[in-house]
Amino acid sequence: MAQEFWRWKEYNWKNENIDWKGGSIISSGVDVGSVSSQAVILVDGELYAYSSMRTGSDSPQSAVNAMNWALDGSGMKLENIHYVIGTGYGRVNVPFANKTITEIACHARGANLMYGGSVRTILDMGGQDCKAIRCDEKGKVANFLMNDKCAAGTGRGMEVFADLLSVPIEEIGDLSFGVEEEPPPVSSTCVVFAKTEATGLLREGWPKNKVIAAYCSAMAHRVVTLLDRIGVEKDFVITGGIAKNSGVVRRLLKELGIETLQTNYDSQIAGALGAALFAKALVEKERK
Amino acid sequence: MIANFGYKDGSGDYFISIDTDKCNGCGDCVPVCPAGVLEIRDNDFDPMADDKMAAVKESERKKIKYSCSPCKPEANMKNIPCIMACKLDAIVHSW
Repeated sequence: MAQEFWRWKEYNWKNENIDWKGGSIISSGVDVGSVSSQAVILVDGELYAYSSMRTGSDSPQSAVNAMNWALDGSGMKLENIHYVIGTGYGRVNVPFANKTITEIACHARGANLMYGGSVRTILDMGGQDCKAIRCDEKGKVANFLMNDKCAAGTGRGMEVFADLLSVPIEEIGDLSFGVEEEPPPVSSTCVVFAKTEATGLLREGWPKNKVIAAYCSAMAHRVVTLLDRIGVEKDFVITGGIAKNSGVVRRLLKELGIETLQTNYDSQIAGALGAALFAKALVEKERK
Repeated sequence: MIANFGYKDGSGDYFISIDTDKCNGCGDCVPVCPAGVLEIRDNDFDPMADDKMAAVKESERKKIKYSCSPCKPEANMKNIPCIMACKLDAIVHSW
């Protein structure tokens, strides 16, 4: 079978320094996105474990899979978790969730922990939509905007291009900088149009990296026009899968004339992490 | 909080914005909308509070350009039922 270049790696992580049996509140957030699903487990607010997997066609099953993979090897069972919050596009499809919360609130809350209280603008570049969120120092949403009418400016669009150009999706960002001169962006309003345009450019003899550069800047431009509506206030951060694509991120920052904060956390877990933090807060509220 | 419900596509920006600091969840805007675009629901964006707010129904969010057009054949009209029904000026249309 031919290699599938869009297939990004699934992964999980565990904090070996924490003994969950000693924790008083074990909370969890499950973020079922349109492309990827994440499960995060917190022990007394400390990050204990997480996983990230492809969602696939069965959302409830992918929520279960993500959770099982996060639990894998810990000895912890679903029953040991006090509160689970489902979030994301498929939040209603988390069968074991105690409550669901919109991913907009969760991303703001998660980014607040990951990057600190100075964050005011969050751009979540997801699999099938793109969200711009303004928040206060506590991670409470002040203003938000979401674009999910089409796939332009999203991870799904990038997957399409990885496949078209036979470049593994993780390598797209670096490869896009190997051009002598920055090409003009391709169509930024539609992935299908952009793909048609790119096919034409390849036929004209453009090298792969030049086509990738043209698509990365189209995606960056698309998102900048979305951010214009709510305005960008420092500090600015990017979450979601595209945050890992330097080809888009660096062009985006250049166009905005702004820098982002760095974090040791995985940018893709912001939503699930925020949900787990809300879960912890709700347990505390109940126990009062 | 300003909640922007809607979308942006090749033809423009279509957002109905609800200012949750002004909106008290009274529901006056809901029955006046002939297309049934609005509803009152929990303010999900601040999960720790138990507020109600007006919001665009999820099923309507991606087609408001068309659902709203009978009330506002021209862009930027202000004398439309939902905006006039809101005594607190919490509703704004972007187009």
